[in-house]
Amino acid sequence: MISLTHFLITSAALFSIGLYMVVAKKNAIQVLIGIELILNAAILNLVAFGRYDKLNNNGQTFALFAIVLAAATTAVALAIILNVYRKYKTIEPDSINQLKD
Amino acid sequence: MSLTVILFYVMAALTLVSALFVASTGNLVRSVFMFFVTLFGLAGLYVFALADFVAITQIVIYVGGILVLILFAFMLSNKETLGRLQEKGQAFIGFNNLPSAILALLFFGVLVSMIFKVMPDQLEWIANSVANGNTFKATDTTTNNLGINLMTRYLLPFEAVSILLMMVLVGAAHLSRKESGA
Repeated sequence: MISLTHFLITSAALFSIGLYMVVAKKNAIQVLIGIELILNAAILNLVAFGRYDKLNNNGQTFALFAIVLAAATTAVALAIILNVYRKYKTIEPDSINQLKD
Repeated sequence: MSLTVILFYVMAALTLVSALFVASTGNLVRSVFMFFVTLFGLAGLYVFALADFVAITQIVIYVGGILVLILFAFMLSNKETLGRLQEKGQAFIGFNNLPSAILALLFFGVLVSMIFKVMPDQLEWIANSVANGNTFKATDTTTNNLGINLMTRYLLPFEAVSILLMMVLVGAAHLSRKESGA
């Protein structure tokens, strides 16, 4: 039985890597991958705590919901990225600087 | 140190090293393909947390769905972004990325100190659930109960998520459509 601390520290490291990617990267797709890393760190926490709830499966159920929500987020975000590319011919977040055309 | 713990360390190291590679490489294609490895490693970690069904779902949805979607978007969008990324020839963490690296490291420090302060293995409800035998054992079948719970106790969130997925499908199709007018 692996202790909960191991899981939590692994997930904290994943979260930090994702945070670094979100802040530092100059490409919207890489920022999106960073967000996915952060979501996965959260799901790892849910699953690790869910081991202690056999009766109701709280952690695992909401890990499933979180995975589905992550898929939905990615689909919409990628559609938005494609639109942004069509308009600006770049997907660098810094160069997208106007709300209307 | 038992075999399980060693395997857990191997899996965690695989996940973290590949995630670091994803974050540090300048080549977008390599980073996307290395993200595959991270997701597989995470699925392995879920198995160690005795959540088999979540692990399989992770592989099916993330690896089969999301990554293919990311690859598509990336091939449809940026030829010249790719070129620009490669010609920069980044160092591991360049000067420009130093503040974000410091931010991430400090945040990691905060999280770790918080985890050691909370001492999650001695939490009250966890001690209770261990005492009542409400924890998963490695020999348990975990999926049956999950399915029953999903259809009874968590039916409302399940339906809400299904409606949300339909809305997302319509919305994403509408957003990525080629606009003729307007």
